[in-house]
Amino acid sequence: MKALPYLLAKEYKQMFRNWLLPVVFILLPIAMMNVVPRIATQEVKNLNIAVIDCDHSTLSSRLTQKLQASEFFNLYATCPNYQTAYDLLQEGSVDFIVTIENEFEHNLYRTGGADVMVTVNAVNGMKGGLGNSYLTQIVMQYAQELGYENGTVARRPVTVEPRYLFNAALDYKPYMVPALIAMTLILLVGFLPALNVVGEKERGTIEQINVTPVSRIEFILSKMIPYWTVGIFIVGFSMLLAWKIHGVTPAGSVWLVFLFNIVYIFTISSLGLTISNYSDNMRQAAIVMFFFIVIFILTSGLISPIASMPHWAQEATRLNPLRYIITAMREIYLKGSTFHQLLPQFIPLCIYGALASVWAVISFQKNN
Amino acid sequence: MTDEIVIKAEGLTKKFGNFTATDHVTFEVRKGEIFGFLGANGAGKTTAMRMLCGLSQPSDGTATVAGYDVATEYEQVKRHIGYMSQKFSLYDDLTVEENLVLFGGIYSMPRKKVRDKITELLQELGFEAERKTMVKSLPLGWKQKLAFSLAIFHEPSIVFLDEPTGGVDPVTRRQFWELIYRAADNGITVFVTTHYMDEAEYCDRVSIMVDGRIDALGSPAQLKRQFHGNSMYDVFYALARTAKRGD
Repeated sequence: MKALPYLLAKEYKQMFRNWLLPVVFILLPIAMMNVVPRIATQEVKNLNIAVIDCDHSTLSSRLTQKLQASEFFNLYATCPNYQTAYDLLQEGSVDFIVTIENEFEHNLYRTGGADVMVTVNAVNGMKGGLGNSYLTQIVMQYAQELGYENGTVARRPVTVEPRYLFNAALDYKPYMVPALIAMTLILLVGFLPALNVVGEKERGTIEQINVTPVSRIEFILSKMIPYWTVGIFIVGFSMLLAWKIHGVTPAGSVWLVFLFNIVYIFTISSLGLTISNYSDNMRQAAIVMFFFIVIFILTSGLISPIASMPHWAQEATRLNPLRYIITAMREIYLKGSTFHQLLPQFIPLCIYGALASVWAVISFQKNN
Repeated sequence: MTDEIVIKAEGLTKKFGNFTATDHVTFEVRKGEIFGFLGANGAGKTTAMRMLCGLSQPSDGTATVAGYDVATEYEQVKRHIGYMSQKFSLYDDLTVEENLVLFGGIYSMPRKKVRDKITELLQELGFEAERKTMVKSLPLGWKQKLAFSLAIFHEPSIVFLDEPTGGVDPVTRRQFWELIYRAADNGITVFVTTHYMDEAEYCDRVSIMVDGRIDALGSPAQLKRQFHGNSMYDVFYALARTAKRGD
């Protein structure tokens, strides 16, 4: 290991002489932590609705007011007929049409029941579904309210009062932040190593290294260690940003966050280097790494919960290192899970890291 | 020059699929010799040289370099050789000094020795002012001289030079050969490929490869007699014309 300090000195010099890299190490976490938690939200808000009030009665106007007062809906227009409202839906101005039937008030008083038709734009299924349930809720509450007023409903019916654990406000940010740290890491300490060895192949400098007696382990370590230090910096920096910007801090141990991320950084930098070793040019390495990153992110549970995937897909996500780190990070951040509780994430990640790093060393060929 | 043999190739062959880049070449190089390895583009020189440097596995045949088998003991081979590739391959985002320190360190040379040798070497080359210059801003001729100096910096017993003077002006080429002679005087065996026939005349012995085979081997004077030529150019032309392989 005599050559390692010299090789490391070379790698650090090259890293910091490339003015772009240090800038990216600072700017990417800032962009990820600042912007993404604000925009990557699955809360459905600001839904535009059009109301067709065919009744024009006191009770139908009250319903319209209720819809307008809701935090989820904007009353975009009140339309004279269905066709006008449908045109608005076609052009994308509104997503919901609420039609209040003719004789709404009359029917309510007479029969105790009246019809409200809801038309939903279901291009975005989730938005449509959630919006529909919000709408139904508002209409049902209104019906109940009217029931009290008329005395037709004697007492409060059974109601469900949910108590949300770990994230009482159902805020999306504490859920996204821990996963975003893992994503920032794969973009930097996964992607950049993939371009590294192959970059030396393109420039021809690898020949001068291959013709020396330097050991493969030393060479690969000299490529990995700089990314480990950068990765650990990024974890700390991102946690600081999440705390200062969004007030999001881990409920569990900060050291546990670092422990998991160190194993994770070790794993993805090894994967990146392995891809680099097999590639002939930087374009090839970038495309292969990009392929893996996209697949990893989509199957990591970052966006869609793993538990809702089909069984075979759930099994396939076991091959995804991102899955373990994102699960572990969310558990530590939100639930304050302990190391012992997170062993099912820690052990696979360690095995993954061990295999990937051995592969990175073996796939580096000085003689072929 | 002694009779000690430092490079010995017997039937050395490299195939890439159906293509035989180097076809059963057999030759010996003696210690302290300047051995010219000639051939047209695509004749198989670089492939042969890469096998001798332990970068590439032979498909057939054997070769020993500094007493080590290139097929099995290639990491040992690498301890005893220096190599300068066709493509400039120093780190151009490191300074002259940083490159030398790096490779000195890789060959486990003591720090003090590296420091002293750098000072000595930069003086010899007249590069003192360029010690802290990034390699990328050096002119090509300087880069080549630096690459050669780096290839012999760890005092190997053999140095392999793959077209070291390609694209270099005549004056620098002359200076470059002075460096080669100086290395040979210090007992380093020089194995060099070139396309310049005047350079072939500087070699102690020359081999000429055609289509992966060695078709001629001997001192420049012997070869000129054998092929009835006045210069190495005539010899080379007589042989290269017989090539079936294109570029």
